[in-house]
Amino acid sequence: MSNMIATRESYGNALCELGKINDKIVVFDADLSGSTKTAVFKKAFPERHFNAGIAEMNMAGMAAGMAACGKIPFISTFAVFGTGRIYDAVRNAICYPKLNVKLAMTHAGLTVGEDGATHQMLEDVALMTALPNMTVIVPADDTEAKQVVYAAAEVDGPVYMRFGRGKTEVIFDENYKFEVGKANVLTEGSDIAIFACGIMVAKALKACEELKKEGINASVVNVATIKPLDEKTVIEVAGKCGCAVTCEEHSVYGGLYSVISQCLAGNKPVPVKAVAVNDTFGESGKPDELLEKYGLTVENIISKAKEAIAMK
Amino acid sequence: MNLKEIASNVRVNIINQTADAQSGHPGGSLSGVEILTLLQFEVMNIPSYDDPDRDRFVLSKGHASPLLYGVLEQKGVLTKEDLKTFRKINTHLQGHPDMNKVTGVDMTAGSLGLGICAAVGMALAGKLDKKDYRVYSLLGDGEIQEGTVWEAFMSAAHYDLDNLCVIIDNNGLQIDGKVSDVMSPYPIKEKMEAFGFNAVEVDGHSFEELRAAFENAKNTKGRPTAIIAHTVKGKGVSFMENNASWHGSAPNEEQRIQAIKEIMEGSNE
Repeated sequence: MSNMIATRESYGNALCELGKINDKIVVFDADLSGSTKTAVFKKAFPERHFNAGIAEMNMAGMAAGMAACGKIPFISTFAVFGTGRIYDAVRNAICYPKLNVKLAMTHAGLTVGEDGATHQMLEDVALMTALPNMTVIVPADDTEAKQVVYAAAEVDGPVYMRFGRGKTEVIFDENYKFEVGKANVLTEGSDIAIFACGIMVAKALKACEELKKEGINASVVNVATIKPLDEKTVIEVAGKCGCAVTCEEHSVYGGLYSVISQCLAGNKPVPVKAVAVNDTFGESGKPDELLEKYGLTVENIISKAKEAIAMK
Repeated sequence: MNLKEIASNVRVNIINQTADAQSGHPGGSLSGVEILTLLQFEVMNIPSYDDPDRDRFVLSKGHASPLLYGVLEQKGVLTKEDLKTFRKINTHLQGHPDMNKVTGVDMTAGSLGLGICAAVGMALAGKLDKKDYRVYSLLGDGEIQEGTVWEAFMSAAHYDLDNLCVIIDNNGLQIDGKVSDVMSPYPIKEKMEAFGFNAVEVDGHSFEELRAAFENAKNTKGRPTAIIAHTVKGKGVSFMENNASWHGSAPNEEQRIQAIKEIMEGSNE
């Protein structure tokens, strides 16, 4: 059994390490520090951790003011509140003035589980990628998530980071190198390009193994940075394979499928199929049951890959 | 030049900007003239606008940009030529202030109820860094209908931000009419006190009363201060005074001439 760690845990641990080497880091939470794991930072640096209470808009606004005074605020809550509820503050107080605020949001996607649709954010990537000046990153595992936290602090401007609630398989070893704006080609194949992000990367790799048994060779690409998209790699890999499938724990609107299709439509038109949540809200249930019910599975990646190949 | 003369010049700047642009918000700019003039020329410590230890000003009611630009022209940061570009294509003088385009704008604002949140963050940063700078934020009395304003007020008191001074430009009018008719924020003073503020009410056009209130704020320790400034929307121009229709409409040429004449006459009284 491989090592399993939730990326929110990775975030809390990395944030704490970052706080040791950079005293400009301040952290805001909105009464969820135990869940978002900013409590780890709070324990180490209580004077640099601020609880905004259940008032997310003010949290974002206060962070903007702190950034205007030279701080590097990381703000955290659940993705549903940290993007949708506070969209106006993120747009007008953070992105428009290009203030150096890092949005580190947890509990994204269906894998929130039992809390149900109100808490299962499936549109956050759509909302955040639409904003000028915003960098959007969806890490795949613990190794990558930790590097994403350090990298975000180095970006001059706002960054949205999407972390998950549930334990996720660690797929990268210490040699893995995350770079903002760089997609990583994990396997080389010329029959189908599989672009994935977040928890779907591990599933894409499994689908790749299954496809290989049937003589189909896939290029699996981890597209952790949704924006700015590594267009060069996307065009190269999709061009070589002649068709593609995208995999994300997000709505089919405005996420990975959208940005990949947009990129390819204008540069290298090839058939692209989506494994994503098909324009619907989630519901209560266990994370694995939800992924199964909404088609975010290895089997569905395989089937969509075959459909894409058939369209070549 | 004395403060009264500067205030008149700022009023003329407000009329000229909105008339030249044929766009903008003269009413709520004119009501805040004494407040911002006194702040920027006397109360605030601003060795230079890029000094990290300077006092900060956040215009939370960002639509009163002609007021801020008008004062910055009097401070010598902007020129009369700059003001002529207000709201026009390629200008640095955006309809609502942009901190990356204009020196002297400490925070981008425009979406109501957000500037005050940033002001609280700035005051919090000052406390964290053990710096002495103070943060001032001007809000509209219609703006305080926004829920975020009260989130910000709650946090300012929670963090004992005695380096924060909030000024509410209580001119009594918003776009759709009287604030008391649209959605009453009253009683404001009692609400501010209940939220943990030191609250004082003053005549917002009296330099003397405003000066005393800012002094009171500086001397108040352990909690933020709110100055509820009773003002007249459109102050200084008879046909604009207490008339909500001048919230967001610009004077024509005839009205520009009449307005400037009245402002100059007022300054000689």
